[in-house]
Amino acid sequence: MKEKWFLTFPPELTEEPVTYTLIKNYDLRINILRASIGLNVTGNLLILIDGTPNAISEALTWLKTTGINVDSGDSQIIWNDELCVHCGACTAVCPAKALSLDPKTWLLSFSPEKCLACGHCIPACPLGAITNQKRRENV
Amino acid sequence: MSNKKSYEEINKKIKEGKAVIVSADEVLDIIAEKGITEAAKYVDVVTTATFGPMCSTGAFLNFGHADPPIRMTSVTLNDVPAYAGLAAVDAYIGATETSISKGIHYGGAHVICDLIDRKEVRLQASSPGTDCYPRKSIDTCITLDDINEAYLYNPRNAYQNYSAAINTSDLPLHTYMGILKSNMGNVHYCTSGQLSPLINDPYYRTIGIGTKIFLAGAQGFVSWMGTQFCSGRSRRENGLPDAPGGTLAVSGDLRSMSTEFIQPAVFEDYGISMFVGIGIPIPILDAEMMSNVSITDRDIFTNIEDYSVKRRDKPSLGTVSYEELRSGFVEIQGKKIPTAPITSLHKSRQIAELLKQQIKNGDFEITKPVAQFPLTNTLNTLEIKRKGDA
Repeated sequence: MKEKWFLTFPPELTEEPVTYTLIKNYDLRINILRASIGLNVTGNLLILIDGTPNAISEALTWLKTTGINVDSGDSQIIWNDELCVHCGACTAVCPAKALSLDPKTWLLSFSPEKCLACGHCIPACPLGAITNQKRRENV
Repeated sequence: MSNKKSYEEINKKIKEGKAVIVSADEVLDIIAEKGITEAAKYVDVVTTATFGPMCSTGAFLNFGHADPPIRMTSVTLNDVPAYAGLAAVDAYIGATETSISKGIHYGGAHVICDLIDRKEVRLQASSPGTDCYPRKSIDTCITLDDINEAYLYNPRNAYQNYSAAINTSDLPLHTYMGILKSNMGNVHYCTSGQLSPLINDPYYRTIGIGTKIFLAGAQGFVSWMGTQFCSGRSRRENGLPDAPGGTLAVSGDLRSMSTEFIQPAVFEDYGISMFVGIGIPIPILDAEMMSNVSITDRDIFTNIEDYSVKRRDKPSLGTVSYEELRSGFVEIQGKKIPTAPITSLHKSRQIAELLKQQIKNGDFEITKPVAQFPLTNTLNTLEIKRKGDA
């Protein structure tokens, strides 16, 4: 069973060997897609994991108890261009640059293929034009 | 041909269909080609615009009298309190006021838009009852067409320059400048830069009390200097204040507005604000006015303020130009930081273009201000003291 997870960990957990624990204790195959980690700053990790449903569920529980936020990639971001006023308030909070402003027209565009579904853009939109749709039930 | 043009001459040219009207973006190419002096002779009007969140927004409403009549002392519109400490059936609904039941997800800004969209709005009011106004409560539905006057009156809009925002703390901040990520994760900025009205008329020569403007789709007016009007700031050589300077109080009829140009803005964990679209034509009276509108994003500088310092005066992490802000990132302390606007440049341009068409079609006359703004205003601060303290 494969999952895509977007992990956000607080500054005090940057020394925690998260990937090691996930491999060693839960026998997960991990492919790191994107990482943004620095000592004592909020970090992000986008990983593809492969393991048994049981192991995935237990790993998820462990991550949550350590204080690491997990957005499992089972949701997709929906951008409603009819509500959008193209202000750009969502663009700098998007870690994947899936939401961006065209430097000529200053129109906003959304590239679903770049989107990590981290959801940071949802509260950033003052128009409520960005929502989250579950692809299926959570793990 | 004289190097000066009067308002009357410009309006005459507009009527004859001979006026040259361009936006504050487009005029830059003309200046590059002809130079300031020749461009001043050639261009008659330059349109400026902005479409950004402006909290200081609200509407005066007169509901008409019920039978028997009521002197409303507390009023809600769709469960959002409106200020009714005025005459019997007058009220003011502020954009940032929040719904009693829904919190920040519905508020004054939403009520204003529902009225503009001709939706039914529930009006509830109460009163102690008087000999002349015997009714003690009312619960009814209104639409914009049912009531008497309904006009936007915004005490402070269209800031002349505004500081950009950053957050140096470990936690994200939820502000009226949007979500500021921790550890200098992003920089947010507002104003439409080289298209912004007061940036193109830094000394308020043509924008003053009585100036006709585009306001949320309607023809409105500048009614007064905006609150926190701080024209006495230090200025650069091009006249632009180094920090937030002039502001405008504006008014206009809700009935002629369109929600295409005015929208509620909900800032998570902050509250409600309102995107307001404002367009202002600047008559090119002489070469000095052309020089004013020649300002480009390269020449507009603003401070980056640290919003994690929860004090009135926030430290500045440096000064950047709008050109840098618009490039998508700025460099602060050796770090490349992504930037994002919260004012829609796309919408601002749309308004500047629409205003241009309206003037060309003879639907929008250029007006001379009936009074100019003062140039030396400074800001007072609010100090904590007891009555009678010196």
